[in-house]
Amino acid sequence: MQWDIVIGLEIHVQLATQTKIFSGSSTAYGAEPNTQANAVDLAMPGTLPVPNENAFRYAVMFGLAVNAEIGRRSMFERKNYFYPDLPKGYQTTQLEQPIVGPGYVDVDLANGETKRVRIHHAHLEEDAGKSLHEDYHGMSGIDLNRAGTPLIEVVTEPDMNSAEEAVAFAKKLHSIVTSLGICDGDMSQGSMRFDVNISLKPKGSDQLGTRTETKNLNSFRFMEQAIAHEVERQMDILEDGGRIIQETRLYNGDRDESRSMRTKEEANDYRYFPCPDLLPVVIDDDFIEDARSRLPELPDARKARFKEQYGLNDYDAGLLSGDAKLAAFFEETVEHGKDAKLAANWIQGEFSARLNAEEKTVAESPISGAQLGDLVVRIADNTVSSAGAKKVFEALWTGENDNVDAIIDAKGLKQVSDTGALEAMVDEVLAGMPDQVAQYQNEEDPKKRKKMLGGFMGPLMKASKGQGNPKLFNEILVKKLGG
Amino acid sequence: MHNKSVAELSRELESGKISSVELTQQFLDRLKQEDGKYNSFITITEEQALAEAKAADELRAAGKATAWTGVPFAHKDIFCTNGVRTTCGSKMLENFVPPYDATVTEKFRQAGAVCLGKTNMDEFAMGSSNESSYFGAVTNPWGLSSGEKRVPGGSSGGSAAAVAARLVPAATATDTGGSIRQPAALCGVTGLKPTYGRVSRYGMIAFASSLDQGGTMARTAEDNALMLNVMAGFDPKDSTSIDREVPDYTATLNEPLKGLKIGLPKEYFSDQLSPAMEEQVRNAVKEYEKLGATVKEVSLPNAKLAIAAYYVIAPAEASANLSRFDGVRYGYRCEDPKDLMDMYTRTRAEGFGAEVKRRILVGTYALSHGYYDAYYLKAQKVRRLIQQDFANAFKEVDVLMSPTSPSPAFVQGEKTNDPVTMYLEDIFTIAINLAGLPAMSVPAGFVDGLPVGLQIIGDYFAEARLLNAAHQFQQVTDWHQREPK
Repeated sequence: MQWDIVIGLEIHVQLATQTKIFSGSSTAYGAEPNTQANAVDLAMPGTLPVPNENAFRYAVMFGLAVNAEIGRRSMFERKNYFYPDLPKGYQTTQLEQPIVGPGYVDVDLANGETKRVRIHHAHLEEDAGKSLHEDYHGMSGIDLNRAGTPLIEVVTEPDMNSAEEAVAFAKKLHSIVTSLGICDGDMSQGSMRFDVNISLKPKGSDQLGTRTETKNLNSFRFMEQAIAHEVERQMDILEDGGRIIQETRLYNGDRDESRSMRTKEEANDYRYFPCPDLLPVVIDDDFIEDARSRLPELPDARKARFKEQYGLNDYDAGLLSGDAKLAAFFEETVEHGKDAKLAANWIQGEFSARLNAEEKTVAESPISGAQLGDLVVRIADNTVSSAGAKKVFEALWTGENDNVDAIIDAKGLKQVSDTGALEAMVDEVLAGMPDQVAQYQNEEDPKKRKKMLGGFMGPLMKASKGQGNPKLFNEILVKKLGG
Repeated sequence: MHNKSVAELSRELESGKISSVELTQQFLDRLKQEDGKYNSFITITEEQALAEAKAADELRAAGKATAWTGVPFAHKDIFCTNGVRTTCGSKMLENFVPPYDATVTEKFRQAGAVCLGKTNMDEFAMGSSNESSYFGAVTNPWGLSSGEKRVPGGSSGGSAAAVAARLVPAATATDTGGSIRQPAALCGVTGLKPTYGRVSRYGMIAFASSLDQGGTMARTAEDNALMLNVMAGFDPKDSTSIDREVPDYTATLNEPLKGLKIGLPKEYFSDQLSPAMEEQVRNAVKEYEKLGATVKEVSLPNAKLAIAAYYVIAPAEASANLSRFDGVRYGYRCEDPKDLMDMYTRTRAEGFGAEVKRRILVGTYALSHGYYDAYYLKAQKVRRLIQQDFANAFKEVDVLMSPTSPSPAFVQGEKTNDPVTMYLEDIFTIAINLAGLPAMSVPAGFVDGLPVGLQIIGDYFAEARLLNAAHQFQQVTDWHQREPK
């Protein structure tokens, strides 16, 4: 049987506010456990929450960026459950009246199509702390530094039909929140976490199947794998005549395994009710207009501009505009390097490969856009060959030297473009290879002749110590060998 | 000195007739000597009080005194006090020492007042008789001579008994369903529950957040005004506190009452009230007529629904508010838990008393799946109807008057096995909390030698008017001056 895959996502986006959503303690990542938790975060008796205005501002900016309605009157509810890293015994979240209402995001797919994914809503809530199960001799430690960090939880409609679409949407959302500057986007630190709802239905059917939820995926790769894994699992069950149980599952990316966390029957009764410590928050026009005025250029607009301004093709423009930091790096490179196409190629080639290999983000790159731009200039004006340029790049990356021209000089990478000097080298090399010259001249097929030219290039580059301009060598060879 | 009011003590200190250190020592001595009979204090902070008194004397010598500088008082043990254990009447917090002050505590510190200690209370402010405290029941100073131990009312019974017994001239208190007014009535003292949001809840251990309100307890209306001058005001640490100017509540105490329109809600003079109680309350209203007020009957048609709505909403909020007492971070933790669930269940089973557990269970039930609409949501709708009743009444009159409690102080143990009868103790006070209105209880007579309270209810932020009405009444009556024997 053929199946339609139906996927909806819930995404937790950690907001990059300086302080927590209901207290004044810092949200900075990586501090000693419990040094960024004050009396409110610890839920000491009598303490009360005070909302962080910036969290609302960021949520409104997000809503505007995903074409959503802004909830003019939003309310907080208490979601009650016991867990050691949940200090109050309830999470303060939004249920009935979230701050961001229905919206949508358009996602460009690899096949050139554009997919519209609808946002059901996005709500503000506080994060819980962390339970540490190692290093305590069978006991658990609690770190409440993260408790009270503001999140928006984005809930989509079940509009995605493949792992590829879901990942493309997730990347697009990542690119939106990082461009807005409301989230640092660092998934390894949990700044974005994905829950994936998946169900299958017979192809063409309009009845949705029973869904499962796979929780807490913190990389695009794991998300893709988890979806593939779950689709396969459900398909196997259905094709064997089985029935899918509505449940929450945990996926282990290292082993490509998943297991049931709890079924619907075991689900908690969260006993939501409006939080009496927090008054309803009314968002007025001024607040929305202020948030709108803070919106930076968003990925879609940036992509269109990259095509227009730099003459990039759709693919290059899409890749370079998606990540705000990468886009900024590209623009800095072009500013110094002029040749946008060449800059784009180098960023997507050598630069990205190197970042990936060393698991670095753009922000952690040891070289600047300006340096790469300087190198692009030298490639474009034929000062260095592409092979030489790679050596320059290496020297910049390792910090051997920070000046492109100085590296070219020091390493003797300057390409020889002096026609006279090159002609002399060609004469000398050809004189030493009479058989090959004769063979070339006796060959009538132009294609084969062209191929045979390559045989002279090696010795020529050797004779020029790699500094001969290959393009000029080629032209001189053709002229000297005749026809 | 122990018979003097806050206002009088303040004048004594100002005149230099006595120092705060001397005064504080006198009250401490009396407190240590007398409180064995009442158990009205959980913690006495002798050393700290004397240090505060010394500092107060220095401030006064430097010419920087306020009306409160050097005046002794006490806090209900629900207000967090930096460095002083704050138990909320529970085993759960038996050894809890907060590293911070409640906003109310901080304001009294800033005013230079001298805190003698923390008063006893029903556990987590749940109760109408002060018999649910982990630290033992409080005994009402009234009626002791007859050989029977009576309740002081709850949950601020410790504060009420301490003021009535002249152990302190004033004490802070809190009121979620009547917990200032009912004990004030039963102990023959004057208590004020301000408008919801008028006094910060920060650092006041929560029972039911949308109903809890910190307030005042003293012998005279004037002293209540002096207390509210310190306590009232917006607090950026409490999102539900209200940003509105605080008047000087003592400035309007002496305004004449001529033309004051008093409403008597007919539902509050029903058959739940004994004729003897009713007579006392109606006599008090007659005094107001003599002072120039006019009286008419009004109706609060939904008043009968108040108790039912309250006992859904208050426990629902309490069930969440008390979740934080889980043994993880502070407070009581059971011995040798075998796993996490065991730690939660035993900590809470051992740490909470019966009334607290009862209300947590009721609240959890009312919020649970399938019952939310039938109970919680319905109760909130009733709450709105009750608010509307009051709003309609205040279109016709300036204040409402009623008895504070249906009967005078009862004997300890009489109602402990019948929670519903106990809950009816607050039948005249609860609706005011649901509406968030200010109200006072003023001593207004005696039945069988036990004090009777007159409740005066005002519109939002009418505290000054209530205090004025109470003060004028106290100028022509002496019920508030009577001392228990």
